[in-house]
Amino acid sequence: MSTLAAETRVMSARAIARPLRAVRTRRALETIGTVVLSAALIVWTLVPIYNMVMISLEPEGDVFTDHIWPRVWSPDSFWGVLTQGHWYLERFWHQFANSCYMGAMVTVLTLAIGSLTSFSIGRMRIRHGWLVSNAALLTYVIPASFLAIPFYRIMQNYGMANNLWSVIAALVAFATPYAFFVLQEYGRSIPIEVDESARIDGASPGQVYFRIYLPLMAPALVAVGTYAMLLAWNEYLYQFLLLSSKSSMTVPVALAQFLSSDQSPWNYMMATAIIYAAPPVAIYYAFRRRMTAGLTVGGVKG
Amino acid sequence: MASASAVDVGRLPLRQRSLARSLRGDLKGGEYTWALAFLVPYVAVFVAFVAYPVVYGLWMGSEASLYRELFADPIYQSSAVNTVLYLALGVNVKMFLALLLSGFFMRPGWWMKALLLIFVLPWAVPQISTFISIHWMLNGEWGFLNNVLWKLFHIEGPHWLNERWMALGAVIVSHIWKWTPFWTLILLAGRMAIPLEIRDTARVDGATGVRGFVYITFPLLANLYLICTLLSTIFLLGDFNAVTFVSGGGPANTTHVLATLGIRDAFEIAHPRLGVAAVMSALPLVIPLVIVLMRRLRTAEVQL
Repeated sequence: MSTLAAETRVMSARAIARPLRAVRTRRALETIGTVVLSAALIVWTLVPIYNMVMISLEPEGDVFTDHIWPRVWSPDSFWGVLTQGHWYLERFWHQFANSCYMGAMVTVLTLAIGSLTSFSIGRMRIRHGWLVSNAALLTYVIPASFLAIPFYRIMQNYGMANNLWSVIAALVAFATPYAFFVLQEYGRSIPIEVDESARIDGASPGQVYFRIYLPLMAPALVAVGTYAMLLAWNEYLYQFLLLSSKSSMTVPVALAQFLSSDQSPWNYMMATAIIYAAPPVAIYYAFRRRMTAGLTVGGVKG
Repeated sequence: MASASAVDVGRLPLRQRSLARSLRGDLKGGEYTWALAFLVPYVAVFVAFVAYPVVYGLWMGSEASLYRELFADPIYQSSAVNTVLYLALGVNVKMFLALLLSGFFMRPGWWMKALLLIFVLPWAVPQISTFISIHWMLNGEWGFLNNVLWKLFHIEGPHWLNERWMALGAVIVSHIWKWTPFWTLILLAGRMAIPLEIRDTARVDGATGVRGFVYITFPLLANLYLICTLLSTIFLLGDFNAVTFVSGGGPANTTHVLATLGIRDAFEIAHPRLGVAAVMSALPLVIPLVIVLMRRLRTAEVQL
């Protein structure tokens, strides 16, 4: 009896073993595939970034060599940028401050205008609000660079050339539609009864906006603010066209000027590029989760 | 009229009252003023900085003779070809990669999360920084890419940016490098939104692997994929930075696209109207795209 039972047990174990082995091989193949693909993705993603870091850490003379690894590591280029040591960089901090000012203003204005608009249309349900949302939708789908030439002309006519506010105006105009859509979409998750009960208690629409709407919308506002800030930081064309004087210039315009000269000091350029990239990367990783949520709503649902 | 109280409004003749109602909707007088005041900033920004430039641009590019001059320009002709190639390859390769990679990133485990963090880096780093780096990386003499080719394989790499098709290829690849992470994130979120029950039921019914993708995942993602493709087409059409910094429109102005050619015509050869005309020549493509997109985006609560 007992041998028979043992035999059947062995048999069934064998019967199971075959598919089990197949599963194991498949798992192993999958793991190998994952490792290979991961490695390829990491190389693909990091090569241009590695190139940037490597050159920024090389002494000036070593840039024009065939190294693929810095011969000596030196932070001199970074130091040169931070102390404005190279003649190209003599106004670096001023330009950096311009970039920050521009980014901050675009963020604040986009948040303010976007939230007011979405409050009026989404919460107060103003008649013909769809007209405004269509205008916003239209703005969202017009490529900004296509409007650059007439925009430049108009700013010249207004005497706004070399004024940071001309760029701020353009960027706010292009960032607000997206802000409006994200806020609109997020606002749907907050019951309208919240507003209504506040109104019955005697709050004016202004009070509802400041005391109820803005606090409840905080997560979406963070996403939208980050988006606006990154948009301003990534933008080049309008800054290049509208800001040409040394005092109004921002970092991207100064960086591009490097490029047009005959002997570009690549190590300083790359150090500047890295310093310029640091704030948005930090902000992006800090608010990553909220950004992604906002992006799906705005980028996809419109 | 604005100061009329609710009682007065009630006494107005019928036609006027319905006019007032049709303007104000259900909002009472004071509320309507608030709502209107809240709209004023955006409307002002839109009129001054979007509508006015649009009208101004249409006016600048309204002469027929401009287009004769434009179409006869060989640089314009090559730019138009480049734009079509840039759109066709840039958008489709990128979106297809994003579709596949979003499936890859659905795999469980800490490693996938960590990899995703690295993978989104190109998108988080400002364009100008990375495109300048790519520009120098592709330098024929001292660029990183050719150095690697030489050190590892003893191959003399070509001068990547000195030949039209390679330079254009470099621009397209740079665009794909920069923007694939963004669309991967979007499609990943789309996949996450597919209810677990659907996936589980499908798996029980035998729809796994490729079949699961073809019969379950893709039909559910199709609408999202289409909207993303259209949006990305529009964004790419307006892209200025990749071409400017990677190839600079060179060699000999052979890798311009319409967006960069417009700026070149307007500011380098100081003929702004021709620049506007170059951009406006994309309108036959832009207008249908905008109409389709506006319809889709307005109605789409993405159907999942």
